Amino acid sequence: MTYFPEEVVEHIFSFLPSHSDRNTVSLVCKVWFPKLRVLTVKGKPHFADFNLVPPDWGGYAAPWIEAAARGCVGLEELRMKRMVVSDEGLELLARSFPRFKALVLISCEGFSTEGLADIASHCKFLRELDLQENDVEDRGPRWLSCFPDSCTSLVSLNFACIKGEVDSASLERLVAKSPNLRSLRLNRAVSVDTLSKILMHTPNLEDLGTGNLTDEFQTESYLRLTNALEKCKMLKSLSGFWDASPVCVPFIYPLCHQLTGLNLSYTPTLDYSDLTRMISRCVKLQRLWVLDCISDKGLQVVASSCKDLQELRVFPSDFYVAGYSAVTEEGLVAISSGCPKLSSLLYFCHQMTNDALITIAKNCPNFIRFRLCILEPRKPDAMTNQPLDEGFGAIVRECKGLRRLSISGLLTDKVFMYIGKYAKHLEMLSIAFAGDSDDGMMHVLNGCKNLRKLEIRDSPFGDGALLGNVAKYETMRSLWMSSCNVTLKGCEILASKMPMLNVEIMNELDGSSEMEENPGDFSKVEKLYVYRTTAGARGDAPNFVKIL
Amino acid sequence: MSPPLEHDYIGLAPPEDLKGTELRLGLPGSESPDRRPPAATTTLDLLPAKGAKRVFSHDEVPPPAPAAAGKNGKVVQEDADGEDKKVAAPPQPAAKAQVVGWPPVRSYRKNTMATSQLKSSKEEPDAKQGQGFLYIKVSMDGAPYLRKVDLKTYKNYKELSLGLEKMFVGFSNGRSGSNALPGKKGVSESGSDGEFVLTYEDKDGDWMLVGDVPWDMFTNSCRRLRIMKGSDAIGLAPRAGHKSKNKN
Repeated sequence: MTYFPEEVVEHIFSFLPSHSDRNTVSLVCKVWFPKLRVLTVKGKPHFADFNLVPPDWGGYAAPWIEAAARGCVGLEELRMKRMVVSDEGLELLARSFPRFKALVLISCEGFSTEGLADIASHCKFLRELDLQENDVEDRGPRWLSCFPDSCTSLVSLNFACIKGEVDSASLERLVAKSPNLRSLRLNRAVSVDTLSKILMHTPNLEDLGTGNLTDEFQTESYLRLTNALEKCKMLKSLSGFWDASPVCVPFIYPLCHQLTGLNLSYTPTLDYSDLTRMISRCVKLQRLWVLDCISDKGLQVVASSCKDLQELRVFPSDFYVAGYSAVTEEGLVAISSGCPKLSSLLYFCHQMTNDALITIAKNCPNFIRFRLCILEPRKPDAMTNQPLDEGFGAIVRECKGLRRLSISGLLTDKVFMYIGKYAKHLEMLSIAFAGDSDDGMMHVLNGCKNLRKLEIRDSPFGDGALLGNVAKYETMRSLWMSSCNVTLKGCEILASKMPMLNVEIMNELDGSSEMEENPGDFSKVEKLYVYRTTAGARGDAPNFVKIL
Repeated sequence: MSPPLEHDYIGLAPPEDLKGTELRLGLPGSESPDRRPPAATTTLDLLPAKGAKRVFSHDEVPPPAPAAAGKNGKVVQEDADGEDKKVAAPPQPAAKAQVVGWPPVRSYRKNTMATSQLKSSKEEPDAKQGQGFLYIKVSMDGAPYLRKVDLKTYKNYKELSLGLEKMFVGFSNGRSGSNALPGKKGVSESGSDGEFVLTYEDKDGDWMLVGDVPWDMFTNSCRRLRIMKGSDAIGLAPRAGHKSKNKN
């Protein structure tokens, strides 16, 4: 690119229609890098969410922040997911970018409230501080008081994942001087009274995450809350409900008719009748996250009340394998029949049937994301005892726009044959405890033209599948395989055939020394992570990671 | 440290839905042997058979599966589950299997939920709550044994007092109970002539007169009921003419 004058390069780039492509290109092009305004970085593999990636694997934010601090001081927005961020990194970030406006951290770790204090203190034009589900060390409530009086630009503040106490007075002051606040998500420490006071200052609020709504209260507090909520005419999205007592439910009623988004998935204290009392009034709901204690009956209420529903997530309240869930295929069939606009689904359930999946596929051909998790691995069709191949086959056949799919239950190679044949737009596929042989994985690699991310665990795919279509991995972002049948030898062959891939293997129990002693051993590789690279092997890999 | 199994004091056959809420213990040591360290598999949780909300009986947060747990993520097969596969009934495993990273739920969610459940379980030791039921003990002065009622089967104070009347009809010395229990319209007469007054113990451990607060508020803070003899209740009974606010 240095051979072309800048105007030519920019002209070429202007043909890139998508934002994400332009962003990607700008990272590679040295000429463009200094002008970078928005940087989005994702670190660990997705399965790190489920403790499958050992700690200290990598994904450190510091090198990115340091490089940006040196090279693109115009940076305005930084979005990071599954990265390890330190307080020092946050301090450097806060001091290096005079026009910094937005920090979004999702599922990150490694920092504390002291790092947030630096962000608050030094980012004069901060508009967005959005902390989603991070593991943040609590070092006291001081950070919230660090916003200077001159900082009046906040549009979005989300500190729901902060575990510790919060100084109510500081919080009220901050909200009172932020007239542009559209989105506010509080943590568990914020009381009903504080919430009511805050809401008197936020008439334009569109998205609210409540503090705790326990029953240790006075009735007057809840009446004040209802009054305050009624002033928020723009409020469309509600979440939080920490430790919510069922008593709080009627006080939310005045809001229900205007809600398009509702997240009750962190509230095990509300049972199915509390949930349905609330949800049946939410006739405009488009996005709903709940726990499985809503039960099939409750989902029928959702189906008859929420005709505009587009996204549904039903999370388990029992985290044990084959634990109990009140939600089965019946609830999902009811939803599919009542909510034909449904396009995004995450559904943890106790059991499923082929018939149900076939019905669901016919009712909702618009699925873009379909993630089904039957709690017990390899569980067959609950009525016929057959594998669920036909059911998932129907999903991929009917839902022509499907981009993301997670499968579960008893599945043979046949389901992969269907996926390879029909899921032409599929970009991400998650497989667990499925398949019979290498053929399964081969169907996917050969058939899914748009596949970007493939993650597989506990499935009988081995070297034959791994090496069956190596060129495919260059078109993909990453491949993850854990507890499968790939061997060290197979991985070495892959690495030697594809030098532009990083082939990382992880064996946790003193793996690396063992491997060096017996090169070419046919010992199974516990975890394999393959991804494209332009920079070669990374330098920050820990001992248990070997890059071939 | 496992809590004792609940028994109905009378020893009568429990009504049908009680069976569904029977709590059972998952005994440690009944799982098939596994190479994982014991901490990952020994669980002393109550296993609800059907419908009951999970309550942690001990202070441990369920541990995220340790990184070095076992060479493979194979499922530990439970002992007695085969024959139940065809029936669409909730599983009742005698032992609980643990597989690293399954079900695929973020650690943040697991940790957050564990904290919520610890909080709610500490607050209600006498009341067994689950999906759709809330059983609390009811005692009546002079009665030889206690009873249990499900507060969720009543929609308001009047229904509660009628239900209790039926339950304790043998013990009220022939007097009808409805005069004594404050209801929607009613007012309790001061108990000098031996009538009964309905009181409850709330979450703070205080004994309160039933009927002062909205019904929903009452069911959420009530831990147990006591039908008190009027002569003992002089301090508690409302004065004549006092209106009880009853929001149902």
